[in-house]
Amino acid sequence: MTQPLIELKNVSRRFQVKRNTFITAVSDVSLQIAPGEVVCLVGESGCGKTTTGKMIAGLLAPSEGQILFEGQDVTGLKGAAWERYRLGVQMVHQDPYASLNPTQTIFDILAAPLQRHRALRGADLRAGVVDVLESVDLTPAVDFLDKFPHQLSGGQRQRVSVARALTVNPKFIIADEAVSMVDVSIRISLLNTLLQLKERNGLAVLFITHDLALAKYFAWEGRVGVMYLGKLAEIAPARQLVEAPQHPYTRVLLSAIPEADPERTRHKQRIELRSMDVPSLLRLPSGCAFHPRCPFYMGDVCKTSVPALTLRGDQTWVSCHLPPSA
Amino acid sequence: MTPNPAPVTLSIRNLTIEYQAKRGKVQAVRQINLDVRRSEALALIGESGSGKTTIGLGIVRLLVSTAQITSGEMIFRRFDANGKVEKEFDIRKLSPEQMRSFRWKDCAMVFQAALNAFNPVLKIRDQFADTARAHGYLQGAALKKRAYELFGLVRLDPERVWNSYPHELSGGMRQRVLIALGLLLDAPMLILDEPTTALDILTQRNIMDVLKDLRDRLRFSLVFISHDLSLAAELADRIATVYAGRIVEIGNVYDTFQNPQHPYTIGLMKAVPTLTAHRDNVSSIPGSPPDLIDMPTGCKFHPRCPLAVEKCRKEEPTLVPTTSPEHLAACWRWMEAKQTLMPASAPSDSPETSRSQP
Repeated sequence: MTQPLIELKNVSRRFQVKRNTFITAVSDVSLQIAPGEVVCLVGESGCGKTTTGKMIAGLLAPSEGQILFEGQDVTGLKGAAWERYRLGVQMVHQDPYASLNPTQTIFDILAAPLQRHRALRGADLRAGVVDVLESVDLTPAVDFLDKFPHQLSGGQRQRVSVARALTVNPKFIIADEAVSMVDVSIRISLLNTLLQLKERNGLAVLFITHDLALAKYFAWEGRVGVMYLGKLAEIAPARQLVEAPQHPYTRVLLSAIPEADPERTRHKQRIELRSMDVPSLLRLPSGCAFHPRCPFYMGDVCKTSVPALTLRGDQTWVSCHLPPSA
Repeated sequence: MTPNPAPVTLSIRNLTIEYQAKRGKVQAVRQINLDVRRSEALALIGESGSGKTTIGLGIVRLLVSTAQITSGEMIFRRFDANGKVEKEFDIRKLSPEQMRSFRWKDCAMVFQAALNAFNPVLKIRDQFADTARAHGYLQGAALKKRAYELFGLVRLDPERVWNSYPHELSGGMRQRVLIALGLLLDAPMLILDEPTTALDILTQRNIMDVLKDLRDRLRFSLVFISHDLSLAAELADRIATVYAGRIVEIGNVYDTFQNPQHPYTIGLMKAVPTLTAHRDNVSSIPGSPPDLIDMPTGCKFHPRCPLAVEKCRKEEPTLVPTTSPEHLAACWRWMEAKQTLMPASAPSDSPETSRSQP
């Protein structure tokens, strides 16, 4: 494998909630993302997917472990090297109503990074702004320059967010629930724009979502990782993960998702959990964190030892004690 | 659908609701006709801003003060144990006093943001007592017994919930408490606004199972508002697609999913990726939803519709029977819609899981 663009080595992140109480939002996660690759992180709220994204973007420092950008540990980076990393990894946030400055025009929003980082001025600056707007399919771009965010629809705003991330020519984009606030009828076109940009600019994308069907669509050629209580439960090529899930948690999730087809969804076979209660991050279960709910619970092994993420088959990594055939 | 559909509980005719905004009148609901039948589950499907929540709020008359019901009637029928009409009235004509009694006794609504619906400083037991008192219902031990029964139905641990404050419960638990509260007075009709939105997958599944189970046992009419087609596929008997303040298609759930007639419904079905759909069968609807203050002429969907012709730009179609008398669509070109927009390889036509691609 070529050198990964981003590599997480046993990364953990703790947050202090009271004087002597910590929660571990992300625990011992290792992950490699190659240049140009698409990876989706899926999981329920509180599973650590956003924290992972923020650590990769350099917005949070890991408590333990290392994050490497093009082979370099980012924790100690300073000056030009730090700037190169921060420019190389850009983030698109969930809420386009909150992430754009309401008092600035679209031109202002996009011009600032172009001035600062690409030293564009005057006509070049304007051309640069028009250029990024066109790259996210906001055309004709001149119509948007003088508008304020409140004059745009949710989908258009999110496109401006993406355009802003693109101004600094990143190598990696982290999109945290980037379409969850966009109307269903236009989600796909926004995702397609992201995919085209990935193709055209060779971008790698980490897409964080709670929607497995959306993850499968977006990471069609890439991988999907499923997180549970701060750990990676399973990571595999997207279609493989959906069609042949290995980890009991992935299987439960997939069986719980309703289908947009009454015939199929009403006869879908469901896997019941042993318990509906999501454990608190303050009192994580011993051993495998999923064991109190796991429908395939095997007894002591699950209770006492933490399963390591191990390779099964070609590219599927699973952290479960259950033998592969079961 | 049986040849003799169930009697109608709520019959909405020609309902128009407008909001007054600075720029002009927002036509959120435009001359809607809609029947909710006894014991049926009806899904109102559409994008945000299509007017579906306004319909729900209009039924229980909880619209904000800038909104006005400008025309139409909403006839509600309460049935006795033998299925005979006990009383019949127009919701619009109820006095504020009668309206208050109607709201919980005849029709309960569960709102979208489950946390905001509670008073944060009252325990769940007090919220129940409040509601019961306002409606002259059981108090004390009898109320507790009834509440425990309902908690059992919605799969909550009564002991734990009864003495909790709202913030001590998770989102899914709060949603279930609200459903239980809605059922307190045995209302024959329940309106749920986005019952599973913003909940995690496993919690969503739990709410769906609870709702199915409740309907089997209690046989109330359920109107639920959602943008999620799969929720409708799972729970609904009939589906109404709402676009720009109008119902553009309504029909039996199986029929609607197998033979959608309106280009917008077809577009929605194709726009939502499913676990089994092939990537190539998923596509967005071009454009964005219309501005409800300054709407397009003719069919409101024509600027986004791949089938639009001159007539669509000029004249707005009304609901007409399509493939069956029970399946209505408001489209000039419904006859061509499905075969043009949904060729045979579409997701709903391939029952087996999609084969992996080379």
